[in-house]
Amino acid sequence: MVGGLFIIITSQNYLKKVVGLAIFQTAVFVFFVSLAKVLDGTAPILTKMENAYSNPLPHVLILTAIVVGVATSALGLALVLQIYRNYETIEEKEIQSLELKSDKLNV
Amino acid sequence: MNFLLINFFLISLLLVTTFFIFKTTSLISVVALTGAFTLLCSAIYVNLDAVDVAFTEAAVGSGISTILMVMAAAKLPEGKKNKLINLFPSIILAVSISLILIIIIANLPLLGDPNAPIHLHVVPEYLKESKDFFHIPNVVTNILASYRGFDTLGETIVIFTAGLGVIALLTSNTLNRKTNFKKNNKKNER
Repeated sequence: MVGGLFIIITSQNYLKKVVGLAIFQTAVFVFFVSLAKVLDGTAPILTKMENAYSNPLPHVLILTAIVVGVATSALGLALVLQIYRNYETIEEKEIQSLELKSDKLNV
Repeated sequence: MNFLLINFFLISLLLVTTFFIFKTTSLISVVALTGAFTLLCSAIYVNLDAVDVAFTEAAVGSGISTILMVMAAAKLPEGKKNKLINLFPSIILAVSISLILIIIIANLPLLGDPNAPIHLHVVPEYLKESKDFFHIPNVVTNILASYRGFDTLGETIVIFTAGLGVIALLTSNTLNRKTNFKKNNKKNER
């Protein structure tokens, strides 16, 4: 999780930042699902035998969250593509320098 | 013990993958490594008895999102090897956050403890009743579609909104700063 955060902050490439966000999310999901684990339990599908089942509630939450996470990264990728169309680069430093240049020219 | 060993192995693989995503500059290999990352995560979910989540992660997280990223990476230029920005503050931030997390995790109930508070409220009723109510053996499906149906409705709305946003972003021509930049650069050349 911290690795994902680290990638978001340190890399200059915007696509890599989106990937960092995805990693961050997935790490949180793994943590959530690990809370649902019961030792010697099985998956929460009811059978005729009496069993210990793992907790289905976090599973449901994470099912929802995974799909929402993909929607988020799709939106981020669309933003990156639009940035590339307008600036012809997706590196943060280069965009900053372009912005500075245009500001100077406009003043 | 076997369970813990497998889990440890998979999580250390995850760490290695994250490190290589951090190191590589080529966009297409970053995307491929992300696919591998999510696939490893679905293996972890299977190990943690969350088969539904593993299925979704393999199909949606590892499938659809990798396809989307490959499509985006095909249109984008090759990544450049740049200096890392904000390196020092981000190291401090990462270390402090991981310390806080370790302290919190040390206070949580043990992994797989059947008497943890999370397993004692609401969930036993779901496990007991849902078969009689809905006649579906899979409790996750019952909760997703029936007990928490409104959550799923909200999720659908979120996806719809995100889809609208993607379409709006990819088809809009109003934000045309490119022409401005080109004009400015031409002025600069003169």
